[in-house]
Amino acid sequence: MTARMDECFSKLAEQNRPALVTYFMGGDPDYQSSLAIMKALPGAGADIIELGMPFSDPMADGPSIQAAGLRALKGGQTLAKTLQMAKDFRQTDTDTPIVMMGYYNPIYIYGVDRFLEDALASGVDGLIVVDLPPEMDDELCIPALDRGINFIRLATPTTDDKRLPTVLNNTSGFVYYVSMTGITGSALPDTDKVGAAVNRIKGHTKLPVCVGFGVKTSEHARAIGASADGVVVGTAIVNAVAGSLDDSGAATGQTVAGVTDLVQSLASGVRSARLAAAE
Amino acid sequence: MNTSVNPNSYRAGPDEEGRFGIFGGRFVAETLMPLILDLQDAWDHAKSDPTYKAELDGLNAHYTGRPSPLYFAERLTEELGGAKVYFKRDELNHTGSHKINNCLGQILLAKRMGKTRIIAETGAGQHGVAAATVAARFGLPCVVYMGATDVERQSPNVFRMKLLGAEVIPVSAGNGTLKDAMNEALRDWVTNVDNTYYLIGTAAGPHPYPEMVRDFQSVIGQETKEQMLAVEGRLPDLLVASVGGGSNAIGLFHPFLDDKDVRIVGVEAGGKGLDTKEHCASLTAGAPGVLHGNRTYLLQDGDGQIEEGHSISAGLDYPGIGPEHSWLNDSGRVEYVPILDHEALDAFQMLTRLEGIIPALEPSHALAEVIKRAPDMSRDDIIVMNLCGRGDKDVFTAAKHLGVELSS
Repeated sequence: MTARMDECFSKLAEQNRPALVTYFMGGDPDYQSSLAIMKALPGAGADIIELGMPFSDPMADGPSIQAAGLRALKGGQTLAKTLQMAKDFRQTDTDTPIVMMGYYNPIYIYGVDRFLEDALASGVDGLIVVDLPPEMDDELCIPALDRGINFIRLATPTTDDKRLPTVLNNTSGFVYYVSMTGITGSALPDTDKVGAAVNRIKGHTKLPVCVGFGVKTSEHARAIGASADGVVVGTAIVNAVAGSLDDSGAATGQTVAGVTDLVQSLASGVRSARLAAAE
Repeated sequence: MNTSVNPNSYRAGPDEEGRFGIFGGRFVAETLMPLILDLQDAWDHAKSDPTYKAELDGLNAHYTGRPSPLYFAERLTEELGGAKVYFKRDELNHTGSHKINNCLGQILLAKRMGKTRIIAETGAGQHGVAAATVAARFGLPCVVYMGATDVERQSPNVFRMKLLGAEVIPVSAGNGTLKDAMNEALRDWVTNVDNTYYLIGTAAGPHPYPEMVRDFQSVIGQETKEQMLAVEGRLPDLLVASVGGGSNAIGLFHPFLDDKDVRIVGVEAGGKGLDTKEHCASLTAGAPGVLHGNRTYLLQDGDGQIEEGHSISAGLDYPGIGPEHSWLNDSGRVEYVPILDHEALDAFQMLTRLEGIIPALEPSHALAEVIKRAPDMSRDDIIVMNLCGRGDKDVFTAAKHLGVELSS
């Protein structure tokens, strides 16, 4: 596997704090603004970057991420450009792990081998492909692991103890626990339940468990981060981008600043999570 | 990859992974995976349970009105001057199309699984009406997702669904057609996993839907076989059916797939022409890809983004097709051809005047292909076409295209 992911989590373990995992949509609203957002994320406190690959039919995403994907596609984003974005980012940042997240069809059409080769060359550390459950591991998961790219799987409240081993098999990097059934951008779930679920998953794996879906504020991040190894924020960041655009949908001076303000605030939540838990 | 499919039969698929050759599969979010596995389990038990079969047979006979007639279209045959044309009259079913065959099978399954809420997607509204109908019959609440464009052009069916007690939710994402309705239904299912049964209307989606829907619709082909043997003493020479997602077609075709002397043609929506972007001919003009839980032929661009289709018929307006059709296409067993909007509209009018049957615009595509082929065939040859829906819902659309203004 690429070393960046493991190094990132061991560094955080030393600091006794959870990771802040930030999702944004590649190419939203245009390539240059999006690249500027990506470059600003680590400085604002993001530990791991999830780089969204836009898809026309994002079946597990709510209205915010659907709209972000459509903005990116309208702005001319393609999978080739999303790979290029990772490569451009790596010119100035060689430490922050990059996880590409999206749906399978664009990768399938790009060609699995070609995609993995280009992803590796662009400094990508992991993949999250929403519509590839373990039953479909031959498609992309196994070839990715063979090349040393992490394949990060989603576990959900419907993943019971019987199914969990299937989901964790062939998972690497971290486990992404989707804290509720539903689409991205829904309401925050009960944090006690999330804590119990994280412990349940940890009983089955040594991998870090990051929790996402519903985290919007610094307080959410702190509450979730008390039990999880990482807190994933996506919709809130995408909404910050959307809120900064002008009437024609173009980026403004607030586009990068809006995201960094939010991420700084989330980062302070994450950094105080264990302190709060210890109180 | 394809180990359990018997190469000597076209009827043995899918394999245990839900694959027809490279097509099919289970490309869904992890949240849905346990549900899909539960469904498969329930379906495996149900299909070998005589009580389940008896209940479904009883409903098919007394609620739907099966078997549907196999009708010799005498005047159309005379007019075309070639092969004898028969219609399998699934438009005479309760609710006006073949969709009820599948809905009854699935609602019985939903009951067995203890589900208390039904969701469905619909294009033309025929499946939505059938789903709302069975939900009413079994006393379950029903939510139907329908593209906003379709809500507008199929208003009679929208009203019908509401009368039946269903909630119709217009989906304005994308072009507001069937693809977008299916995305939204999947989002609902991901959110309401505990109590909800997703009643998919066509032979597509993640395994086991393509197999299950095909099996429910195969009653069409089984009856056709028996009726044809009784009337003509032999099997037909040619089967023709329209293909959107492809459930009526697979229902007619499947029982005949291993009868090598029976030629089989599926008719896709050619829209305004395959040289334009406004068509829905996934097999003729698309490429294999992954959408809505299965690998199949899709209309898409070079980046793997799904394109919006177009058809005069809302029921064919889908950029994909059931995975078994993709496999039958690649294996060469079934031939798939496009028919243009205006050809379908001509056929629609011809049948109305010659036989006194107003067909839906979906089977009007199949009819247009029959009209092309029958004159070149011998008078001893026999064609069976699946007349899978009636055209009452389409009179407003037809009037608009024919330049007639109806006050609604």
